[in-house]
Amino acid sequence: MSLSAEELETLGREGAPLPLAETSSATPALTSRRGVLQTVWRALKTAPLTAWFGLIVILAYAFVAIFAPLIAPFGESAVVGNQYEPWGGKFIFGTDQLGRDMLSRLIYGARNTIGIAVLTTGLSFTIGGVLGLFAAIVGGWTDQLLSRAIDMLMAIPQLIFALMLLSIFGSSVPNLIVIIAVLDSTRVFRLTRAVAMNVVVLDFVEAAHLQGEKLGWIMSREVLPNILPPLVAEFGLRFCFVFLTISALSFLGLGIQPPTADWGSMVRENATLIAYGDVTPLLPAGCIALLTIAVNFVVDWFLHKTSGLRDEH
Amino acid sequence: MSIKEAEAQLSSAGTTTDAALKSATLLQIEGLCIEGQSEERWHRIVKGIGLTLRRGEVLGLIGESGAGKSTIGLAAMGYARPGCRITAGRVVFNGRDLLQLGESDLRRLWGSKIAYVAQSAAASFNPAHRLIDQCVEAVVGHQLTAEDNAKRNAVDLFRRLRLPAPDQFGLRYPHQVSGGQLQRAMTAMAMACRPDLIIFDEPTTALDVTTQIEVLAAIKDIVRQFDTAAIYISHDLAVVAQMADRVMVLRYGELVEEAPTRVMLSNPQMPYTKSLWAVRSLRKEEEAGEKILLDVSGVDASYGTFKVLHDVNVKLPRGRTVAVVGESGSGKSTLARVITGLLPPSSGSIRFDGKKLPARLKERDKDLLRRIQMIYQMPDTALNPRRRIRDILGRPLKHHLGLTGAARQRRLLELMRMIELDERFLDRLPSELSGGQKQRICIARALAINPELIICDEVTSALDQLVAEEILKLLLRLQKELNVSYLYITHDLATVKAIADEIVVMHQGRVVESGPKSQVLTPPHHAYTELLLSSVPEMDPDWLDAILAKRQGAELGASPSG
Repeated sequence: MSLSAEELETLGREGAPLPLAETSSATPALTSRRGVLQTVWRALKTAPLTAWFGLIVILAYAFVAIFAPLIAPFGESAVVGNQYEPWGGKFIFGTDQLGRDMLSRLIYGARNTIGIAVLTTGLSFTIGGVLGLFAAIVGGWTDQLLSRAIDMLMAIPQLIFALMLLSIFGSSVPNLIVIIAVLDSTRVFRLTRAVAMNVVVLDFVEAAHLQGEKLGWIMSREVLPNILPPLVAEFGLRFCFVFLTISALSFLGLGIQPPTADWGSMVRENATLIAYGDVTPLLPAGCIALLTIAVNFVVDWFLHKTSGLRDEH
Repeated sequence: MSIKEAEAQLSSAGTTTDAALKSATLLQIEGLCIEGQSEERWHRIVKGIGLTLRRGEVLGLIGESGAGKSTIGLAAMGYARPGCRITAGRVVFNGRDLLQLGESDLRRLWGSKIAYVAQSAAASFNPAHRLIDQCVEAVVGHQLTAEDNAKRNAVDLFRRLRLPAPDQFGLRYPHQVSGGQLQRAMTAMAMACRPDLIIFDEPTTALDVTTQIEVLAAIKDIVRQFDTAAIYISHDLAVVAQMADRVMVLRYGELVEEAPTRVMLSNPQMPYTKSLWAVRSLRKEEEAGEKILLDVSGVDASYGTFKVLHDVNVKLPRGRTVAVVGESGSGKSTLARVITGLLPPSSGSIRFDGKKLPARLKERDKDLLRRIQMIYQMPDTALNPRRRIRDILGRPLKHHLGLTGAARQRRLLELMRMIELDERFLDRLPSELSGGQKQRICIARALAINPELIICDEVTSALDQLVAEEILKLLLRLQKELNVSYLYITHDLATVKAIADEIVVMHQGRVVESGPKSQVLTPPHHAYTELLLSSVPEMDPDWLDAILAKRQGAELGASPSG
C-alpha cells in the first residue's frame, strides 16, 4: 500500500477536507486553539436575520438597563406632572396615574424587570441543573430521594405556593428572587435529569469513571457540555415565564413593591386607560413581548447551530 | 400446500418467456452522479457509476464506508437521502427512468416492485405493531391482494425463511424476537410483494457469526426460489462471495473493478482489490507467557437476580494477548465490567500482578486505575463529542501523571506519533475524525498513562476491514514496544487469529474451552467452538452451500427419524 491508513481514511470520508484542518494547520500547535472572539465572529457571520434582530434587541435592552439613570429624562419615582398627561411635549409617552414620566419608568423598568428575571432564572438553573446532574450521575437512592422531594414541591400549584411563601417571608426583592428561583428549579431539575440520563450511559462517561475522575469533573466537563442545547432552550423559555410570574405576583400586590418601576405592575397601574382607547398601558407589555421574542430568536439560532453539530456524527 | 401453490403460481407466470426474461435487463444505471451536503457545501459522493442488472441476478457491492455503496443502493430505487441530490445519470428500471418519475409514481413502485432491506432491522420495525401486520402492510397498501391472503403468504414466507413456529411468529412484537429473526422478518416483508429487485444494505453486519450464517442461508435460499434480482451491499468480502453472481468493488464513489464472483476471487486485478483480499491474512505468531499479570479465578457475577457469569477462569500472562471469544450474550463484556470494577463479582477472586484486586471501583486507588485501561467498541460514544482531542488526551496525563505545560505537550506529540496521527488532529473535535482515527485516539487515551493491562472490547468490529487491520497492526506493534497485555474481547475469529496468543471461548456465561491459540484452533474442538469456527465465512463462493449441506447431514445423521 502506498498510502498510509490515515490518508486513506481522510480521503475516504464523504465530507472532503474539513474547514478546521486549514485553520489549525496554519498556526503552530501550541497556540492553535482558536480565539473565542474569532469563533463567535465566525458564527455571527453565518447567523440568520432573526438571530441578528434578537441580538441587537437584547443588546439595546442591556444598554438601556445599565445606563438607565443617564438616559432617563426624569427620576424613577419622581412626580413631574399631572395624572395621565397625553403623549408629546415634555413627556414623550405621557405620564401615569400619579403623574410620573412614562418613558423614564419604562427605562428604569428595564433595569428592574430584566435584572430580577436574569438573576432568578440564573439561580433556578444553578440549583436545578446541579441537582439534576447529580441525581442522574449518582443514580440509585440519591436519585430517588431527590426526585420524590422535587415531585412533592411540584405537586403544589406554583403561584399559590409562591404567594404563601412570600406572605411568610415578606415580599422583598431578594425573597422574591430566591422563592421564584427555587420553585422554578423543580422544572429545570426534571429536564436536566432527563437529558443527562441519556448522556450518563455513554461510554465516555464510564471511561471517566474508570480513570477515577471526581463527580464534579464528570458533571461539569463530561455531561454538562453535552446537554447544554436543551438547557439553553429551556433558559429562554423560563426567562420569559419568570417575567410573567413576577408580573402576576405584582398584580396581586406581593411582587415588586411600588414605587419601584416594573413592567408587569406598570401594565396594571395604567390599565384604566385602555377603556379610553389609549395604548399607553400596552407599552410596558410591548417591552416584555419584544424581549421575549428577541430571546427566543437567539435561542432558536443557537439550538439550530448546536443540533447541526450533532448531525455530523 | 401453500408452498406448492406459490411455486405453481410463480412457474405459470414464468413459463412463457422464462428464458427471455432471464437474460432481460432489469435495471440499468448510467453515469450516476450524486452529491452530498456537508458544512453547507456540496461534495461529490458518487462519481459516474454505471451498472447493469439482469433478472434473477445478484450483484454484490463492496467497499469501505464512504465508498458510496448505500447511496448507490438507494439511488437504484430513484431515491436520494435528505442532504443528498442526484445530479446526473439515468436509473432505468423495467424500461422507465426512475429519476424522471414523480413522487407518487415512485411510491407505487417502492415496496411492490423494488424493496429494501436495511442494516438494522431493530431500528426499521415499528415497536408498537405486530410483525405480521408490518409485513403485509405494503401488499395491502398497494392493493395487490386482500389482507387474509397476504397474511397467509407472509406465514408461508416465514416458513421458507426457516423462522421458528411460522404460524405464530407474526403475532409477536419486534422486541420479542432475536436480531437474526428480525432481519429475516424484514426479508419476508421485502418479499411480500414478490418484487423484481431487492436491495440488501449490509443485512448481516450487525449480527453474530452464528446468527449471520442462518440469515445468509435464508436470504440466499429465498432469492433463488423466487428468482429475484438483488443488489447486495456489504463491506465483508466473504459474505458477498456467498451471495453474489457478480461483484463490483467501489472506492470514493468510483468503480474500481467489476467481475463475476469467482473470477474476482481467484484473480483480482487492481491493487486496491488485492489489498482488500490481503486483510484476512494477518497472523500473529503465538508466544507463551511466563509471568501471570491477571488471574481471574472462579468468578460469578449477576445483574440483579440474573446470573451472567458462572465460574469463569482466565489467566493473562504479562505482555501477551488473551482473546475472549463468544457470541453476544455470552458474558464476555460482563467479564470486562467485572475486571474494571464496574460490576463487583458475587464470588471468586481476581488477582492483578500478584495482589488481590478490590472488587469495587471506589476501593481501588488511583495507581491501580492507571494500570488497567479500557478501549471501547464504539469510538463514537467513547469520546466526549464536546471536547477537543487535546483535552481528551491531556486530561489523564494531568490527572494521573501530573504533567502540565511543555511536558504534557511533549507527551501529547509523542502519543500522536505512536498512533500515527498528525499532530494537528489535537485541535479537532471527535466529530471531525473518521471512525478509525477516533479509535486511534481511544487507544492513545488508554496508552497515555503507561498501563499494564488494556481491555479491548470489540475494538475493531465497528470499523471497515482495511481500517480494522491497521488498528490491529497498531495494537500488535504497541504491545511489542511497550509490553502491555491485552484482554481482547471479540466475536470475530479472523481477528483472534490476527492478534491472540491464547483463546478463551465463552458460551452462556461459562468458559467452554481455553488454551493457547494453536491448541484451541486445531481439532478436536468443543462443540460450541466448532460451531463458531465453522460459521466464519470463507472466501470460497461454495462455502455456504457446503457448510449447510454438512450441517444438514449431521442433523439427519443424529436423528434419522426426522
